[in-house]
Amino acid sequence: MGKGEEEMISFEMPESIRKTAVLMETVADNMMRPVARYFDEHEHEIPWNYINFMHEAMKQMGVGAVTPQKSKKKREGPRLGFQRQAFMLEMLSWGDSGLFLCTPGGGLGSAAVQAAGTPEQKERFLSCHTGDKPTFDAMALTEPHAGSAMPAEVRTTAVRDGDEWVLNGEKIFVTAGHKALVDSDGFVVIWATIDPAAGRAGVRPFVVEAGTPGCTVTKLEHKLGIRASDTVSIVLQDCRVPFENLMGSPEVKKKKTKGFKGAMATFDATRPLIAAMAVGVARAALESVKQMLEEHGIGIRYGLPRNRLTNIEREITDMETMLRSTWLLTIKAMWLADERKPNTIEASMCKVRAGDLVVKVTQRAVEIMGPLGYSREYLLEKWFRDAKINDLYEGTGQINRLIVARRILDYSRHELS
Amino acid sequence: MYSFEPDEEQRMLIDAVERYATNDLRAAAHDADEAGELPVELIEKGWELGVLQASIPEAYGGFGERSAVTGVLAAEAMGWGDLASALAVMLPATYAMPVLLSGTEEQKTRLLPPVIEAEWKPYVAAFIEPSFDFYAGDMRTTAKKDGDMYLLNGEKAYVPFAETAEAFLIYAAVDGQTQAFIVPAGAEGFIIAEREKLMGIGALPTYRVKIEDLHVPIESKLGGEQGFDFSPVLASTQVAIAALAVGVSKAALDYALPYAKEREVWGVPIAQKQSIAFMLAEMATEIEAIRLLVWEAAWMLDVGKDASKEAYMALNGASDMAMTVTDQAVQVLGGHGYIREHPVELWMRNGRGISTFAGLAMV
Repeated sequence: MGKGEEEMISFEMPESIRKTAVLMETVADNMMRPVARYFDEHEHEIPWNYINFMHEAMKQMGVGAVTPQKSKKKREGPRLGFQRQAFMLEMLSWGDSGLFLCTPGGGLGSAAVQAAGTPEQKERFLSCHTGDKPTFDAMALTEPHAGSAMPAEVRTTAVRDGDEWVLNGEKIFVTAGHKALVDSDGFVVIWATIDPAAGRAGVRPFVVEAGTPGCTVTKLEHKLGIRASDTVSIVLQDCRVPFENLMGSPEVKKKKTKGFKGAMATFDATRPLIAAMAVGVARAALESVKQMLEEHGIGIRYGLPRNRLTNIEREITDMETMLRSTWLLTIKAMWLADERKPNTIEASMCKVRAGDLVVKVTQRAVEIMGPLGYSREYLLEKWFRDAKINDLYEGTGQINRLIVARRILDYSRHELS
Repeated sequence: MYSFEPDEEQRMLIDAVERYATNDLRAAAHDADEAGELPVELIEKGWELGVLQASIPEAYGGFGERSAVTGVLAAEAMGWGDLASALAVMLPATYAMPVLLSGTEEQKTRLLPPVIEAEWKPYVAAFIEPSFDFYAGDMRTTAKKDGDMYLLNGEKAYVPFAETAEAFLIYAAVDGQTQAFIVPAGAEGFIIAEREKLMGIGALPTYRVKIEDLHVPIESKLGGEQGFDFSPVLASTQVAIAALAVGVSKAALDYALPYAKEREVWGVPIAQKQSIAFMLAEMATEIEAIRLLVWEAAWMLDVGKDASKEAYMALNGASDMAMTVTDQAVQVLGGHGYIREHPVELWMRNGRGISTFAGLAMV
């Protein structure tokens, strides 16, 4: 492909991504949909069949659940890692978003290592995923007193003691924390402050590996949806990790907030991925409704002016419009990430819209199908429950609106909070 | 391969159209709307930017290839300046583009050079009809074969510059299929009624037209005797109007944003209040998302895919966006937004028309 061609606006899905998506659709159809209801009704039971299958499959593909793994092959052509990841996540979440969150390999912890770690740290921590047994990782940022104000208000402390850091504090809402620390030899990225007086400038990510004394999973949450996925609390009590498990600088310099920026860089990569997952759930619900209506002899007529449409047709075409535009925004955010261009604003924009989309679509899906929609015989009510998390984690819709607003208004967090 | 960056040539065109939109269209828009009239020099200056000329091949008098994506980018910038003027400047495309896309070789050679090589003249499409449930795929204006002629009957609305037009492309149903006919000005049976009074785009003169036993020779049927495939032409106009809507919405956001940073309430700019800041964030998000939907539909046209569903969705999405975003802009300005000294109320009136305007522009 010539240089000129690459620069032109294009919506052509790369062939290699298409192949990945087709493969993931097979996984979704065969490994996820048939057991989606079972694992929703048996919260905290671990879907080992799915996990073991995916461990082998992803090892072969060289990809992780959330982040692209380092490829041994030299890259040819443009970078597609984040875009490919978005398509994978969309498709697997279309299969089942709870089960998807049980996918072994690189999760949010890996994303943080990728964003903030040195090449040695990436090599050391991410290699646990390429072993014989499936492993998991997680990211622990939220604390009982604060969620969206993180990482500026981190209270978990890290104190240097010779060659080690000593961590103390409590983390909550850690997705896949149980799988990372208890069910496998994975790791958790813990955000802690090395200088509580320095505010967010003192915050750093630390890697805590499974089996580290002083790091305990204390609570397994019971949730509205995504029940196949575990969400835990972690208590750190004089938990000692090697000095090299710190990502970023051990010094706190004035006006330098590299640790904080590390967290933010992570979000630029992970927020569009959450958006991709949200789009997957929304698409599942929308397709399912269309299929159920078709079985009742109701097809959707495209192209008619809205005043000639039935209410159901209008609802569905409007939702499809919102879905498609949100998905394109998500792809753009990931394309920017692959191009190594700033994408903070697009990352938050697609997260905002995808959160709105999936909540609206799954609500409407239940409503349109009436008594069938509300019944646990179908997956619509489950998707409605699964949907909401997408408007909450990796920054609520409100926090992401705030980020977009600050950017377009050129305001600091002091000017707009 | 996905890519979301205009190329260098497109960038240069966008810059030129943006300059025109900022310096000329914005300066003229208010008075033109109040007076119900567009200065001819204003239209001619826009025509000289050569957006349409650049999408017609040399063989037919132009100097480029058609690219719906490029057309969309130009339409966004033009719509940002002023919708009524943009529709006027782009008007000849509603005549020339269907000829280029679907005309016979003879029609292209005969009809395109007079449009493209001259200064701006009103070459016009008669597309929309005056019924509440108007649907482009089900025209009530009919064309019936009568010997070696077609006999047209019906009524059209929103026909721009009908009184001064050089020629018309009249859409009519032939056995239920939408087809089009090229008719010169002054044809018998083509009766121009009074100028319409609309809520918005007031500077653009539009007319009702009655068509009574209008005789059109077979060679004036677009695409010749077998006619043409209406679907890509419809998609092209849907995409064009949607792109203009993106421009109108972007204008509203760009106006409301600095206003919100200057306007104070209790000593603090209103933009520092979440209720306003979130509204601005939602406006920006909506524009960015729908814009990509429009681009995708245009790209599909360029690569020869069936874009009918995508273009339909793009126009629906753009129509909702234009309505929501322009309404929000008025809301940000509060009472001032309702006063005609500020342009946001004009954009709100124009924005509401987007769902009606398919047929008034093409890329």
